[in-house]
Amino acid sequence: MSTIQNLNSFDPFADTGDSEAQATNYIHIRIQQRNGRKTLTTVQGLPSEYDLKKILKVLKKDFACNGNLVKDEDMGEVIQLQGDQRVKVAEFLISQLQIPKKNIKIHGF
Amino acid sequence: MSDLGFDPSLKKKKKKVVSTEEAPSTEGSPAVADTDDLFSGLKKKKKAKKPVEEQSSKSSPVPADLEAEFADLTLKKKKKKSVKAADVLDFEQQLEQAGIEETTPTAEEETTTVSAQELGGLPYEELLSRFFNILKENNPELAGARSGPKFRIPPPVCQREGSKKTLFANVQEIATVLQRNPEHLIQYLFAELGTSGSIDGEKRLVLRGKFQPKQMESVLRRYIIEYVTCKTCKSMNTVLKRESANRLHFLSCNACGSTRSVSSIKTGFQAQIGKRKKLLI
Repeated sequence: MSTIQNLNSFDPFADTGDSEAQATNYIHIRIQQRNGRKTLTTVQGLPSEYDLKKILKVLKKDFACNGNLVKDEDMGEVIQLQGDQRVKVAEFLISQLQIPKKNIKIHGF
Repeated sequence: MSDLGFDPSLKKKKKKVVSTEEAPSTEGSPAVADTDDLFSGLKKKKKAKKPVEEQSSKSSPVPADLEAEFADLTLKKKKKKSVKAADVLDFEQQLEQAGIEETTPTAEEETTTVSAQELGGLPYEELLSRFFNILKENNPELAGARSGPKFRIPPPVCQREGSKKTLFANVQEIATVLQRNPEHLIQYLFAELGTSGSIDGEKRLVLRGKFQPKQMESVLRRYIIEYVTCKTCKSMNTVLKRESANRLHFLSCNACGSTRSVSSIKTGFQAQIGKRKKLLI
């Protein structure tokens, strides 16, 4: 009976497991104001398969700024960089780590 | 004239020959030479055509003229791009001469037919702009016109309060224009700017940190895209509702009736700034 297509048990409402469902893997790039005109850039939500320590080392050298890794209970490890490096970080993630552009969210003004 | 390699003496020779009966057969070769010389002055792209023209012109002189005519037409179109007006003018003069010598009536016929073809095939751009003009006149909504000044968002007014705080004066006004709860908008602003603040007695927002009106505008724009505009019809006439059953926020459009879920505002990671504040808490 299974040869008849109409009798196949296909559930059209079943979860297809598309990329729409798992949209929680965003990478957030934020900026925070410090005293004066100083700012801080935070990169949150990088995939754990990357070695953040090495990424940080390259970022620090490339952007000529200081930075460090912060461990957060909820967000995991977060990269902190001195200064407004949002656009540069986003470019780096896209070009060097092949992260799709739609997964990166830049916050702040 | 010299760079074209057009030799008037050639033409004179031809005139002598034309008087005899053999004229059509011999006339082909000088015409071909002329065209060749002309094309040499033009782009290399044209050179690909050359052998084909030679072949056709050897068989009969009239097609050569025809092709010359077409070449002239293409030249007219390309005049703006390749600034070789002088070449074109020379070519036209030459064409006239050639036409007068031998095939005046046929050349005229050809030009008329070609112009008719040009008139018959209206360019797509023209038709498209015509269509949109008519659409704008009759139903401006379909042509993508925004519905009036109803959704003009006033520019954010930012004043400095002291040296470290910013006064965002017209939050309330902007929130009412966007048909949103001011609390929601303020919450978004805090999350995006990574600061904190409060509302003063005149319902103005006091933000910690220095912010320019331009920066506020970009943040507001993002808020509008995410929480105000309908993704289906781009209308800003929407309502944000909180479904009590699943505690999710839903944006429903008043214009087209579509509904979509929006993510809740998340502050995300906040770096600790200054060691002293940590000690105080």
